[in-house]
Amino acid sequence: MSEAALSVDRLVVSYGTKRAVDHASFTAGYGAVTAIIGPNGAGKTSTLDVCTGVQEATSGTVRVLGQAPGQQASRVGTMLQSGGLYPTAKPLEWLQYLAKLYPAPADPRQCLEQVGIDPASKTTTRRLSGGEQQRVKLAAALLVKPVILFLDEPTVGLDPVARRSLLDTIAAMRAEGVAIVLTTHYLPDVEELADMVHVMSAGAIVASGTIGELIGTERSMQFRGPMHLDLASLMDALPSGYAVAETQPGRYAVTGEPTPATLAAITAWCAQHGVMATELRIGTGSLEELLTDEVGQ
Amino acid sequence: MSKYRADSEKVSPRVMIWAHALWEMKLLLRNGEQLLLMIIIPVGLLLALSMHHVQSLKPGQSSVDAAYPVVVSVSIIATCFTSLAIATGFERRAGALTFLATTPLSRARLIAGKILATAMIAALAIFIVSIIAVFLGWRASVWTLAGFGIAALAAIAFGAWALALSGAMRAEGVLAVSNAVFLVLIMFGGVIIPASSLPGGQALQLLPSAALASGLRATLDSHGTPGWAPLILAAWGLTGFLVARRTFKWQ
Repeated sequence: MSEAALSVDRLVVSYGTKRAVDHASFTAGYGAVTAIIGPNGAGKTSTLDVCTGVQEATSGTVRVLGQAPGQQASRVGTMLQSGGLYPTAKPLEWLQYLAKLYPAPADPRQCLEQVGIDPASKTTTRRLSGGEQQRVKLAAALLVKPVILFLDEPTVGLDPVARRSLLDTIAAMRAEGVAIVLTTHYLPDVEELADMVHVMSAGAIVASGTIGELIGTERSMQFRGPMHLDLASLMDALPSGYAVAETQPGRYAVTGEPTPATLAAITAWCAQHGVMATELRIGTGSLEELLTDEVGQ
Repeated sequence: MSKYRADSEKVSPRVMIWAHALWEMKLLLRNGEQLLLMIIIPVGLLLALSMHHVQSLKPGQSSVDAAYPVVVSVSIIATCFTSLAIATGFERRAGALTFLATTPLSRARLIAGKILATAMIAALAIFIVSIIAVFLGWRASVWTLAGFGIAALAAIAFGAWALALSGAMRAEGVLAVSNAVFLVLIMFGGVIIPASSLPGGQALQLLPSAALASGLRATLDSHGTPGWAPLILAAWGLTGFLVARRTFKWQ
């Protein structure tokens, strides 16, 4: 399947004079988890709101399953960060109503059981705990039998067991080919699940890549330096079997087994070319460090 | 071309509107305060106006004849305008509607479903009021059906404007404005006092409240033709629906 499940191109979302999303572009593929991370107010939820049809874009183009947002609503599952529940409704009757809007919904009872909510519960959603309300929202997202699933802060308020269950559900859906796009502040979830990560800050995407590209792998060395170094020259200076990439402007990753000789070759090359390499590191960093670096948190 | 073309097995709009109307009715009937506004107040008003001669009567006209069209008008405006606007305003504030924006239920179908639900509640209230009116001496005629047609048109018109208001304003603003509009329309919009008896009566006839009340007086009390009332109400309904569809925000 060559076409991306989600394509966001130069998206701008403004609320009056405030620009929440500023020319953000990224894609999300089928059978992959795409995570959007960033600090509060970075524009993550506004981006998802446009993708799910809740909010209209100020400018830019968003294509969901090849069409404008909302056109494929019967194939798109959504779990909103806030709202999305009728306070006076019981979970089962809410899902039973929603099921009438979809041509081939899943069984509402099974969806609730899947997320650990008793379908026979007489408790209205306003009397459920925050974590239980999250689970009802997830059940509503699963009701669609989605081809693409948007999850906005899905693990907020969940206890460890429910969180583990949610992560397992996400992994299983990815294995079935579902495209999953999620935002979260909980970075261990991203490190565990995400195939692709986009870092947002002040409405813009400031870094993108796989976990390995962003924070390195155990078999890699990273350093910072001036942008756009001559990578072919650096490759020539390294033993065979190593790869070099500029993962972000001014961030470099040398992939291969870290050895004293390789490390010496990198520093020698930097010295020969007048490059002041900083933050030279062997092995992985963390998304938390990346966020701190990229958005100054 | 996308592998996932538009789904050919979509649920029909009619089914979605009906499903949403039933959903809204279920929630409305569960809300005691709403029921008070929608049913008990009109019933109480009918009893009060019928038993106390507060209105000037024409020769041969009984108190209940005069009161019945007024009470039906009040019931429709209270249910389909004020109550619907306030409920929707607070649903938006609570974010209850936001998820529906992600479903195949479109803005237009949500609006249609909400109007249908409140129209059915209003019909229930009018049914109860009518039974009590019959016990109090009011008699139906062949024109009563025309009166119920006017009531249905008014339910659509007031419902559409309720959603045009509540879909664009903050909940607190909706609460204040919808109550103020209700009082102004009841007092000075041709409901309690016929528009023809008020200063500027000709212009007031164009208000939906005046069209509703005059149409109901003509059909339910005088047992005659409703005049321009259906056309005026249809125009208000159409413009209200178009405005609501354009301005309604899910959150």
